[in-house]
Amino acid sequence: MTPAATPTEAEITALHEKLDREAEEAGYHLNPDRTFTRDLVRGLLVNTARYGYQSCPCRLASGNRSKDLDIICPCDYRDPDLIEHGACYCALYVSGPILAGTQKLRPVPERRPSPDQRKAIREVRTTSIGGLAYPVWRCRVCGYLCARKDPPEICPVCKATKERFERFI
Amino acid sequence: MQYRSGITVEIVHVSGRKRGKVMLFALSTCVWCKKTKELLASLGVDHSYVFVDLLPEKEMEEMMEKVMKFNPKGSFPTLVIDDRKCIVGFREDEIREALA
Repeated sequence: MTPAATPTEAEITALHEKLDREAEEAGYHLNPDRTFTRDLVRGLLVNTARYGYQSCPCRLASGNRSKDLDIICPCDYRDPDLIEHGACYCALYVSGPILAGTQKLRPVPERRPSPDQRKAIREVRTTSIGGLAYPVWRCRVCGYLCARKDPPEICPVCKATKERFERFI
Repeated sequence: MQYRSGITVEIVHVSGRKRGKVMLFALSTCVWCKKTKELLASLGVDHSYVFVDLLPEKEMEEMMEKVMKFNPKGSFPTLVIDDRKCIVGFREDEIREALA
């Protein structure tokens, strides 16, 4: 692989602040452990430089963006993991109770299906029910739904890009 | 843009108290992997670790085959003790117990 990365402290601070602001605006919370979270943000910057997309620092990216759309941060698994475990897989995002310190942060098991399972899921996603004036698109990151010819360029709720949408109905 | 630094791209051996063959498969960007690596160091246990994400393509594939043998999800950190016991994730109590 390419050389290891060392983003500057200023770059880390800038992305950390941006992610924190966007998270709070959308009702999410970043992990309050500053050192821990800065390490994760460093990993995001490293991965963006290395692969060209902001893949999860705690998962091995393939280098092929279309195969890794589900693990581009925020990943497809963040919301179910926040509900079930109080944190996303890498623990960049945490739930209210974890933020408040009333629930302890524990390791989150990997929810991402294996490569073979992911291939099968991609095939199933292409099927849909007809009969509507417009297809309904669902953002796989935050669940936002919209009925229109194509999904939006950017999710108006969570800012995920167009290719993160799946045809829902 | 690429960042550059001198992070090791091979299997690294760390000497310490013998508790069998202890191998940590990790990612250089993963904070839970970092915590696991620090735990092993603080326990002073003889072990090896490798940052799989920094390996050249072919070596990475070979290393992933090893990881998947013990942890079919291929997730990190994966800690393998004596080629038998496998602990997936930073499960501090479990790791401490296994290496006590």
